[in-house]
Amino acid sequence: MIVLGPLGFTAPWVLLGLLALPILWVLLRAVPPAPIRRRFPGVALLLGLADEAVQAERTPWWLLALRIAALAAAIVGFAGPVLNPVLTAPGQGPVLIVADAGWASARDWTVRQARIDRALSDAAASGRPAAIVLLSDPPPTAPTFSEAADLAATLPGLTPKPWEPGTELPPLPEGRFDTLWLSDGLARPGRAALASALQTHGALTVWQPATPVLALGAARIDDAQVSVPVLASAPPRVPIEVTAIGLDPAGVERELARETVDFLGTTQAVVRFDLPPELRNRVSRFEIAGLRSAGAVSLTDDAVKRRKVALIAGGTAREGLELLTPTHYLRQALAPSADLIDGTLEDVLLAKPDVIILADIADIAEPDRLAEWLEEGGLLVRFAGPRLAAAETDTDPLLPVRLRAGGRAVGGTMSWGAPRALAPFADTSPFAGLAVPADVTVTAQVMAEPGPELAGRTIAALADGTPLVTRARFGAGEIVLFHVTANAEWSTLPLSGLFPQMLERLAISARRAAPEAGDLAGMTWVPQKLLDGFGRLIGAEGAPGVAGDVLATAQPGPALPPGLYAADGRAVALNALAPDRVLARADWPATVTIEGDTVPRTWPLKGALLAAAVLALLADLIASLAVGGRLSGPRVGRAAAVLIALALAVPLQARAEMDPARAIEAASNVVLAHIATGDAGVDRVALAGLQGLSDTLARRTTVEPSAPMTLDLENDDLALFTLIYWPVTPNQPAPSAQAYAKLNRYLRGGGMILFDTRDADLAGFGTATEAGRRLQALAAPLDIPPLEPIPADHILTRTFYLLQNFPGRYDAPIWVEAAPPDAEQAEGMPFRNLNDGVTPVVIGGNDWASAWAIDANGLAMFPIGRGQAGERQRETALRFGVNLVMHVLTGNYKSDQVHVPALLERLGQ
Amino acid sequence: MIDPDPSAGLGAGLSLRREAETAAQALPPLLLAAEQLAATVQMGGHGRRRAGPGEEFWQYRPAHSGDEARFVDWRRSARSDVQFVRDREWQLAQSAHIWVDDGASMRFSGAPEGRAARPQKAERARLLALALSVLMIRAGERVGLTGPLAPPRPGRAQLMVLAAQLAAAQGVADYSTPDVTAITPQSRAVFMSDFLGDLGALEAALGALAGRGVSGVMVQVLDPVEEEFPFDGRTIFESVGGTLRFETRKAADLRARYRDRLAERRARLAGLAQAAGWQFSTHHTGTPAQSALLWIWAALERGAR
Repeated sequence: MIVLGPLGFTAPWVLLGLLALPILWVLLRAVPPAPIRRRFPGVALLLGLADEAVQAERTPWWLLALRIAALAAAIVGFAGPVLNPVLTAPGQGPVLIVADAGWASARDWTVRQARIDRALSDAAASGRPAAIVLLSDPPPTAPTFSEAADLAATLPGLTPKPWEPGTELPPLPEGRFDTLWLSDGLARPGRAALASALQTHGALTVWQPATPVLALGAARIDDAQVSVPVLASAPPRVPIEVTAIGLDPAGVERELARETVDFLGTTQAVVRFDLPPELRNRVSRFEIAGLRSAGAVSLTDDAVKRRKVALIAGGTAREGLELLTPTHYLRQALAPSADLIDGTLEDVLLAKPDVIILADIADIAEPDRLAEWLEEGGLLVRFAGPRLAAAETDTDPLLPVRLRAGGRAVGGTMSWGAPRALAPFADTSPFAGLAVPADVTVTAQVMAEPGPELAGRTIAALADGTPLVTRARFGAGEIVLFHVTANAEWSTLPLSGLFPQMLERLAISARRAAPEAGDLAGMTWVPQKLLDGFGRLIGAEGAPGVAGDVLATAQPGPALPPGLYAADGRAVALNALAPDRVLARADWPATVTIEGDTVPRTWPLKGALLAAAVLALLADLIASLAVGGRLSGPRVGRAAAVLIALALAVPLQARAEMDPARAIEAASNVVLAHIATGDAGVDRVALAGLQGLSDTLARRTTVEPSAPMTLDLENDDLALFTLIYWPVTPNQPAPSAQAYAKLNRYLRGGGMILFDTRDADLAGFGTATEAGRRLQALAAPLDIPPLEPIPADHILTRTFYLLQNFPGRYDAPIWVEAAPPDAEQAEGMPFRNLNDGVTPVVIGGNDWASAWAIDANGLAMFPIGRGQAGERQRETALRFGVNLVMHVLTGNYKSDQVHVPALLERLGQ
Repeated sequence: MIDPDPSAGLGAGLSLRREAETAAQALPPLLLAAEQLAATVQMGGHGRRRAGPGEEFWQYRPAHSGDEARFVDWRRSARSDVQFVRDREWQLAQSAHIWVDDGASMRFSGAPEGRAARPQKAERARLLALALSVLMIRAGERVGLTGPLAPPRPGRAQLMVLAAQLAAAQGVADYSTPDVTAITPQSRAVFMSDFLGDLGALEAALGALAGRGVSGVMVQVLDPVEEEFPFDGRTIFESVGGTLRFETRKAADLRARYRDRLAERRARLAGLAQAAGWQFSTHHTGTPAQSALLWIWAALERGAR
C-alpha cells in the first residue's frame, strides 16, 4: 500500500494508467464527434459549402476534460484508494494488552473483544508473545507473556466488571514491551501514572471510543416525583431515554414508564418520573434504554418506596390544640417520606396501607379485620397513652406484650425518681447503631407484665431495663408497641431526632437521603441481587454478606459488588456508579498514540470514485448529444414534455377530498344526483330532469329532496347520495379505477344507479347503438348482479303508485336485478315472495330525464308523444320516478305486505 | 376425394382481396381529398363570364380599329351607324398540362409522424394537382399530365386517370425534369416541384414552351425544414435517393449560407418565370393546401386574361 497524506492505495500500480491520459487527450482531440446521417433533399444547395471554423471539427475542450476526468476517476478508483488507512507498523517484543473492563466498557464490549482479537492475531502473525491485564480485576502478580494464539482462545471468557478499575498501579511485567490500552474513555485518578509507567516499557497505543459514556445515579424522591440523575462524560448529541422497570400486577417484569431527557449541551441531567404511588413502589430499577452497562442501571431501594401509613388517633382532636394531638409528631416525622391516610379503621383497611399506627387506642373497632390484615404482612404500630393505660388489655391479642394496668409515672412532681433516660440499643435490635441522645427522657410509660418472652420482644429499653419499645410477630406481620405516647406528654422522644430514625429503622418511613454510616452500621447486609458488568441482575446465592460500614462507603469494587443488599426488612441499593462520581473524558499525553473512534474511520473510496466515473460518462453522453446537435427535434421535445408531465402528474394526483360544505349539503337531506357525462347538453337535461322529479316528490310525497347535484365521481363521497342517474352517451369517458371502487362500494351499500341509454332500448342492450356499446363498456367493471326484464310483480310496480310500464320519453322495458330462482308465489297475493333488498341497478333506455325535465318556470322542457296521450306518458314517467325513489328509500317494505293477513290475524287475537 | 384445406384457401383469398383493396384504396382518398379541397374554391369559377374565344354568343361591341373586317357582324351593324363585332363567350377550350415532380427528393417530410406531422412534399403536390384538376374539369376544361400517358381530356372520367397516374408516379432519380414534348401549343401548364435540381433543364423546358405559346404556373413545394435548415452539429446530409452526400462539421454554421442559396435559387426561378410569362410561388407543406390552391387558381386566371 502506498500512502499519500490521508489517502492510501491498495493497488498503486494501476495508477500508472494515469500516464496514458495525455495520449488519450491527443487521440480524443483528433477524433471529431460522430456525425448524424440525415435525409435532406436540399443537399444539392449545400454542395460546395465549406465549414467556417476549423476547431469545430474537434471535440470541445470541456467535453474532452470531462472524459479525461471520468477516465482518471475510474483509474484512481481501481487503484483502491482508502481514506485514513489503518497502518500497522511492525513492532518487536512482547505485547501487553491492558483493558479497563469496567462497567463503562460493557456497552461496546464486543468491539473491544474484536480489537483485542485483532491485536492478538497481529501479534501471533509476527510471533510476538502477549499478555492481557484487566484493570478492573488486576492480577495479584505481574502477568507473564505467553503465546498470543493461546490468549485469543481465552478471549470469550473475558467479561467487564460492574465496577470501575482501581486507582492503584497493577503489577507490570519487567523488560520492554509495547502496550495496547483499551480505555473506556473516562478520566480517573491513577490513569496518568499507569500511562507513564507503561511508556517507560515501550510504545503505548490507546484505543478509546468517541461516544460519551452514560450512567445513571441513585434515584431519589423529591416532591412526590422520582428523580434519577443522568451523567455523561461529554454532552450527548441525542436525547436519552430512561425507563423504569418493575413487576406488573401479574408479577411479570416489564417497563413501567419511560421518560426522555435532553442534556442541552451539559454533562448532567435529571430525569423526573411522575408516578402514582402504587406504580412507583413497583419500580425495581431504572435503565438507560438500549444501553447494556451496569452504569446505566440504577437500582431502587427503600429510598424510592413510599409507604402508605394510616394514622388513627383516639379521641377527637380539639381545635387549637394541634401540638397536643397524639399524631402531630408522627405526622411531622412521616409526611415527607410516606403517604399518610386518615380516617376510621374500617376506611383505612380498604386502602390496604403498609403500616397502621394507632395512637393511644385501647378499643379496636374491627379487631378481626385488623388481625386478618396483620396476618397478611401488615405492620401495626401502637403508641401508649392514658386510654391504653386505663384499659383492660389482658385479652387484647394485638399487643406484643401483656401490659400492667395503670402504667407508671417517674420524675413527676409527685414522685421521687428522676425521669429515665434510654439505654443503648442492643446489637440484636433493629435500632442497633443509632446514637442515643442524652436529652431524651421518659416521664411516664406503660409497663409490661414480666414474662419469659419479654426480653426477646424488647427492642428498646430504658436505662432501668424497663421496655420502651416491644415487638412481636403476628402471622406474616408485626406488632410494635411504643410504651410512651406519640406526643410529648410522656416523654421527649418525639421531640428528638432519634424518633424519625427509629421510625425509619422500623421501615415505617423511607430514607430520604443517601444512607449514612450510622444508618447502616451494626448490621450485616446480605446481597439479594447483584449486577453484572452488562447491567443484568443476577442471583446472589453464595455471595458473602458485607458489613454495614463497608456498605456505607458506597464504593463498588471487587469486595463490594453493586447490587441490592438487605438486612432486617430494609433494602439498600448499591449502584455501579459511586455516589460522588463525576464523569469526564480521559485526556492522554501527546506521546500516546490514540486510535479507535477518536481517529477518522477508514473509508474506502473505490465505490464513490467509480460511481463518479459512471456519472461523468453519463454527463458526457448527454453533452455529446448536445454537441452533435441531437438534443433537438420533435422526439427530444416529446421526451421532455413527457418528463415534465410526469413531474407535474405527481402533485396533480393528490386531489382534494369532497368539499365539506358540499358533503354537508348532500348528507343533510335526500339528494338525487347524476353522473357527469361530459356532454353539456345531456348533463343540463339530466339535472333539470332530477329537479323535476325532486319537485314532484316534494309535491306528492313526504320525500322532499334538496336540489339535485352533478356528481364528481373522483372526489365525492357516494355514500351521501340516494339515487344516481347515469345517462350514457356514446363518447363518455370511463371513470377511474378509484371511482369504480367507490361505485362498487356504493352499490354494495344499498345504493342504486339508474342507467339510461336514451336510445329507447333499440339495441336491446346489445351493441347495436353507440350508447348500448358504451353502457357495456362502462358497466363492465361494476359489480352488477344477474339481470332480468322487470317482472310484472316486481316491487317497483307498487312502491307508491301501481304501475305496469315505466316510460320516459320512450316506453321500452327496463331491466332490474333478477329474482332468485326459488321465488314463490305468496299465498293469496298476486306477487311472489321476492328477495330482500333494493335492486342495485335499473337499466333502461327511456330517456327519463327528458320526460322529467322542467325549466326554471317549472314547465316541461321537452314534448312527449302527441297531445293528451303524451301528457299521460309524462305523468307515468313521473310516477315511475316516484316509485323508484320510494323503492330506494323504503326497500322491500311493500313486499312485506304479503304478511299483512298474518299480522291482522295476530292482531285479532 | 380430399378437400383442400379450407382455411388455406380462405387465407389466400383474403390476402388477395386485401392487396386489391389496398391498391384500389389509394385512388379514392386522394380523389376525395382533392374534391374536398376543390370544393372550397368553387367561387373562382365564375370569372369566365366574359368575352373571349368560344362558341357561344356573349355580346355585341363596337368594332375597334384592329378588328378584322371578317369579325364584323354585319347584320347587327346594319341596324345602326356603327359597326359591331360579335363577341363570343370565353371558353376554356385550352388544355391544361400538370407536371408533378416525381423525383425522390419530393418524397420527404420534415416531420413524418407525431401530432404536428406534415405530409410528404409529393403527397401535397399530388393533392394540389388533383384538386386543381377537379376544379378545372368542373369548369369544363381539359386537363392532362405533361407526359404522354395522360393527354388532356375533359370529363370526370379523366380524374380517375389522373389520380391513377399521379399515384403511380415514383421516380428513381433524386431530381426530375418535366417532359414537355407532349404539351400542346397555346395550352396552359402547371409545374409542381421543389425545384431543387438542375435549373438548366427547367430553363430549356420553359424556353421550348414559351416558343409554343404555353404559359403557366410554377409552384415550388417545400418542407419547412428545407426553408429553415434547423440542423446543428456534425451531420452527413444525404439526398433522399442517396446519390448525393454532403458532410459538415457544424451544420449550424451553414444555415445562413444555405438560406442565401435558397433565396438566390428562388429569385432565379422567379426570373425564369417572369421571362417566360409564367407565375411563380412557393408553397410550404406546413401551411394548408387550400391557400396554395387558391393562389394557383387565381394565377391561372390571371395568366388567361
